[in-house]
Amino acid sequence: MTERVATTPGVYPLPDWAKDDLADLKGHQKHDLVDGDEGEDVTAVYERAREEVIDHQRDAGLDRIVEGQLRWDDMLAHPLAVHDNVETRGIVRYYDNNNFYRDPAVAGELGFDGDIAAELEAATAFADADSLQAVVPGPYSLADLATDEHYGDDAEFLAAVGEFLASEVAAFPEIETLFVLEPSLVENPPSDEESERASAAIDAVTTAAPDGTDVIVHTYWGALEEKVHAHLLDAEFDAVGYDFVANHEDNLYNINEYGTKDSIAAGFVDGQNTLVEDAEQIAERADWLESNTPAADFETIYLTTNTELFYLPYSTFREKLAALGEATEVAEVKA
Amino acid sequence: MTREQFRHDDHPNDHFLLTTVVGSYPKPKWVDRARDLYEDESADFDEAAWQEAKDDASRLITDEHVRAGLDAVVDGEMRRNEMVEYFAHRIDGYEFNGPVKVWGHNTFDKPSVVSDVEYDETWLVDEYEFTAGVTDRPVKVPITGPYTLANWSFNEAYDDTESLAHDLADLVNTEVEKLVEAGARYVQIDEPALATTPGDHAIVGECLERIAAGIPDDVRIGLHVCYGDYSRIYPEILEFPVDEFDLELANGDYEQLDVFKDPEFTADLALGVVDAHVADVETVPEIKANIQKGLEVVPAEQLTVSPDCGLKLLPREVAYEKMENLVLAAREVERELDAGEIDVERSAVTADD
Repeated sequence: MTERVATTPGVYPLPDWAKDDLADLKGHQKHDLVDGDEGEDVTAVYERAREEVIDHQRDAGLDRIVEGQLRWDDMLAHPLAVHDNVETRGIVRYYDNNNFYRDPAVAGELGFDGDIAAELEAATAFADADSLQAVVPGPYSLADLATDEHYGDDAEFLAAVGEFLASEVAAFPEIETLFVLEPSLVENPPSDEESERASAAIDAVTTAAPDGTDVIVHTYWGALEEKVHAHLLDAEFDAVGYDFVANHEDNLYNINEYGTKDSIAAGFVDGQNTLVEDAEQIAERADWLESNTPAADFETIYLTTNTELFYLPYSTFREKLAALGEATEVAEVKA
Repeated sequence: MTREQFRHDDHPNDHFLLTTVVGSYPKPKWVDRARDLYEDESADFDEAAWQEAKDDASRLITDEHVRAGLDAVVDGEMRRNEMVEYFAHRIDGYEFNGPVKVWGHNTFDKPSVVSDVEYDETWLVDEYEFTAGVTDRPVKVPITGPYTLANWSFNEAYDDTESLAHDLADLVNTEVEKLVEAGARYVQIDEPALATTPGDHAIVGECLERIAAGIPDDVRIGLHVCYGDYSRIYPEILEFPVDEFDLELANGDYEQLDVFKDPEFTADLALGVVDAHVADVETVPEIKANIQKGLEVVPAEQLTVSPDCGLKLLPREVAYEKMENLVLAAREVERELDAGEIDVERSAVTADD
């Protein structure tokens, strides 16, 4: 019997009051953004906002609770942007979106930092270990978003980013699941050789998670190229995440042609559009996935948005959470 | 050609490099204060007071543009809050759900299209008539383009961005017709979203066909694009039905200039000669050197001189000095062209033609 679990890939919008308060406290310019060393006032706002987004996830009936990644001013580039050996440069475009982040230039060894572990520790005050979900950028995406000025070699840099993320993940408190976000595997696909290295770097991160953690490597903004998909499956983890909003046909093809992991994360809800899917619709899409993957018998289907959620207005974001939370109940009633 | 109508009676030189701005300009602080008061229900500041504040700002900034010596002026978009929001508020079919992040703590009220878009009240005719009434200089009207209006909104109602953009283009066409009726002769379509998705240049082209349909030939239509990889849209954009392309190039130190040399640039080029995101004011000699970069691409008869982009993020005095130096530099280059002192070699390809 396949279990359906409602979750999200994190990186949430700030509640509107926190948008205002933080803009006032921090400012609007590059040098005003999070550097890992925030003052008391700013920390207090983030703490209140963190508690609020955790409450909202619980209210929505989500099965997994994320910390929210509200401090990630630079989105997936955040873990590098706050690192001591990284300098943040000019504002650059975040994939093909009308969003920007500070270009993180890696100027020295990428040693352990502990920034994300500290956020998760803070979240444990409001969420139990059996529902807590961590979110990290995948090593391929993080390396893709950054500029290397230290390692001098693409392969070495990717491996270093992988080791850095692995050391971050190894420091996490007990969690139920870990989402590793790898949009660059779709957006800027690796060559054959790079793809093997990406898989190795991903493996370093996924196997660093605390014992018993279910690990999902989530891809979005389309479908993986066939070879990239095949290489990705070589790494050790529990589920691949597919973006069925952007491209359901090629994703389905990859799953049926090459197989996938024992579980699957299905991005059925659009993280970048205010049109809110209803719970029935989401449950039907999960039914569609099961009936169109005859060779698979998934242990778990994670129902999720395809992308991070910071793109949405806060009110719509909450509606999307509610629809996801309700979708698993619809399924259960039917079953 | 549509440009001679903008030559002022007192123009000192035979050559004429049309000087203008992209559109937005720093708002005087009291305009923001007036808006806060207007939005504060407990404050004694009604619609009429807010209208008067906007009129004052529009007159003030138009005067500032005239004083800088620009040939075609704008009111600095004093009545507009944001380039998508402003229009979305005036078009039926749009809804607002709250602010979204652009970067850091910079947000905007990204609207959602929830039903077919329809033309309601005019968007810019009042703004144009007021501005034209306070100056004898020609007034340029910047309008956010349909592709950007479509692409920077949430689309809940249309099958794709293309069909939404086409419908919006028809509304822009209606607005341009009304502006022309009111006397406008210079309209600039702003399409910054083209830089994020250059693969969609064909959609922008189709939209411009719709916008230009039925507009008299003597109306100058420009297209502003900024902060993108131009090699991905050139030379395809030459097919667009516009008189002038307004391009940001100073910010990248003209690294992309060569893109426009082959094939020959057949339209007018409105060249960005001052950086809109650097608070240092370029000197007249520096700007003259930048203008000469433009002459490598087009002859003087096809060259317009403007800043890279809207100046609204700069301190106001910096914005003013940039405009003033821009005009001084253009007039000096014209004088030197008149005297035959400038000999710019255009690219081999065009020199052979």
